[in-house]
Amino acid sequence: MSEEVKENTETQPRNDDPRAHVISDPPPAKEEVKKEKTGAAAQRVVDPDYLILEAPRKKEFITGSEAAKESVRRANVDIAIAYPITPQSETMQQVGYLYAEGYIKDYYRGEEEIGVMSAVAGASRAGVRVLTATAGPGLMRGIEQIVSWPGGRLPSMLLVMCRVVNAPLAIQPDNIEISYLLNAGGIVLHGENQQDFYDYPLIGFMVGEKPEVTLPVAVAVDGFFVTHARGWVNMPAEDIKLPPRDCYHEAVPMMDNENPPIRISRDSPIQKSNFISYQMHAAWQQEIWAAQERAKKWLNRWLGGLIEVVNPGAKTMIVASGAAVSQSREAVRQATEKGLDVGLIKIKSIRPFPTQELNEALEHAEKIVVPEFNYVGWLAKEVKVAIDRTDRVIAGPRVFGGMTMPTELILETIAASK
Amino acid sequence: MSLKTIRPATGFKEYLPKEYQDLIDDGPFLRQRKVSELGSFKEAIEEHPMCAGCAMTLFIRLVFVALPSLEHTVICGTAGCGRLAITQGAVPFVYGNYGDTNAVATGLKRGLDIRFKDTPKDVVVMAGDGGLADIGFHAVMHSWFRKEKFTTIMLDNEVYGNTGGQDSGMTQKGMVMKMAPTGKKFEKMDMLGLAKTAGVAYTARISTTNPTRIANTVRKAVLIAREVGPTFIQAYTSCNIEYAIPTPKVIDDARDVEKDRYGFEEYYSDEAQTYWDESEKERKRLRKAAKKLK
Repeated sequence: MSEEVKENTETQPRNDDPRAHVISDPPPAKEEVKKEKTGAAAQRVVDPDYLILEAPRKKEFITGSEAAKESVRRANVDIAIAYPITPQSETMQQVGYLYAEGYIKDYYRGEEEIGVMSAVAGASRAGVRVLTATAGPGLMRGIEQIVSWPGGRLPSMLLVMCRVVNAPLAIQPDNIEISYLLNAGGIVLHGENQQDFYDYPLIGFMVGEKPEVTLPVAVAVDGFFVTHARGWVNMPAEDIKLPPRDCYHEAVPMMDNENPPIRISRDSPIQKSNFISYQMHAAWQQEIWAAQERAKKWLNRWLGGLIEVVNPGAKTMIVASGAAVSQSREAVRQATEKGLDVGLIKIKSIRPFPTQELNEALEHAEKIVVPEFNYVGWLAKEVKVAIDRTDRVIAGPRVFGGMTMPTELILETIAASK
Repeated sequence: MSLKTIRPATGFKEYLPKEYQDLIDDGPFLRQRKVSELGSFKEAIEEHPMCAGCAMTLFIRLVFVALPSLEHTVICGTAGCGRLAITQGAVPFVYGNYGDTNAVATGLKRGLDIRFKDTPKDVVVMAGDGGLADIGFHAVMHSWFRKEKFTTIMLDNEVYGNTGGQDSGMTQKGMVMKMAPTGKKFEKMDMLGLAKTAGVAYTARISTTNPTRIANTVRKAVLIAREVGPTFIQAYTSCNIEYAIPTPKVIDDARDVEKDRYGFEEYYSDEAQTYWDESEKERKRLRKAAKKLK
């Protein structure tokens, strides 16, 4: 890692220097090479605050997959490992084009998801910034590996384009798969639209690699609605990127044989039957979830809060994540037109879960409606665990198996419950 | 890593365990140790929790002597007896999930290659027959087809020893094992043949009988993997517990099996052969030059 990394722990007052955010310029082109520099070589490394919050942005009308590609272009990714599955394939193909253009140092198509998720673990242990993406059955196939990343304290980025989990076989949107990530230990963000699918991966990389966090991050969006449809996305110029991963400032040593002490067995099996080993394992698990708490500070800074509240103070509050938020926004608009008092809470971060924020934002609410794109209603369960007076919660409406969620369904649910 | 990174700060050394001090002062780092030197230097692995008389442990000990650049090596393993000993070695060891070794090694090796352009970092997979031929089979095969540049060493004891004696794909046909109550129904898997088909640069079949040959083979496999492509060593490392081999007879058994069906056998791809011949020539030239200087 030749590029310098500036420590960035607190918001600093910015001076008037227009280049204050620049951490390093691209290395100068060799004189004998007359060609213009392209790809990552032409990008400036900038402060994450600048890239995420401050850099001037331009609007483009693009698909979710393209938004993810533009995010990865600016994320200074070292290696991306791909495997096709609908509706994700398009995204990792686009990431492949970035590799061909020189924005990513290594890229290959893995053998299947067990292999891919294992290789992600290997690459993260090597100290590089690593990305993959999957969907539905692919997530299920790789889940043994995925749930071991947090315990390995392996920062990495997993994009999840939610779809039906077989069987019966279907490729349609349905976010039941997020429920399988809830207890894994990693950070889980749920994007609403194309804009989120651009912003969240950049934020995720920076949060997951913070020394006090050192966790993998999954950014989920609802398949097709977000991945294949177009939306307006505000993005800064292509010539800036995040600082590289700073692997020697993380919670655990790298597996590169560069660190003392020489006897590192980071993944040592703690299989002895004695109380010291039980205690070690217990403490290790507690530490993963404590790291999630510590991630909140950074998520608040860059996500602008773990939740977004529309019409705070309304007697009826909708609580939603992902594509259900978009439908709920429209339902709130229609309800307001009819003179109804309806508000909305968008949950951006599923793990860590915004328990305190929800309690504060729902304190006054008389009715809480939780619309979801899955059968099991995992979000409604999460909300019920987080707040008091759970009789206020109406766990629905729910659609699944690829159905869309008409706004009428949300409005009818609000009207039907007294 | 250089010895600098393991050498403790002045004044601190005396508080470290004797074992650590010895590794720094008289360990296996930064110079290739020979089998003939065993007993005269501090080995990367000494204490271990393996069964008395375990041939696999002897083999692992020899691997640690043979690795050409111990200070730049990372070992990947999986569940099984082998890792109980390997984790005790003074080399970073990745104990991932079940049967993920060759996929983890792929990501690890590629990641290390991105970060360390001038220092070759050797990744070595060392796992059992169950881990590599059964649960990790797909990852092993695809790492070979992709020509990933690391060595795979199979500790073939022809049984799931750690879980108590179930048959693996590498168990011989007809053997009555814990999950083959009427005898195993199919032949021992031909992993060496599969390796050749997949385009592995160098393969070797070896038994635990000749320490120098084991060390030379391992060293060769790691060096060829570094420069040419994937390499594979399939080593007979008997399980004296599950196969009821009396402890004093373990090496006799290794000799018998070697004679009967596990004879030493090497295969080089054309590219690997050319590379190895040339590097041998170079080593001879250097040895001669060094002699002259003396």
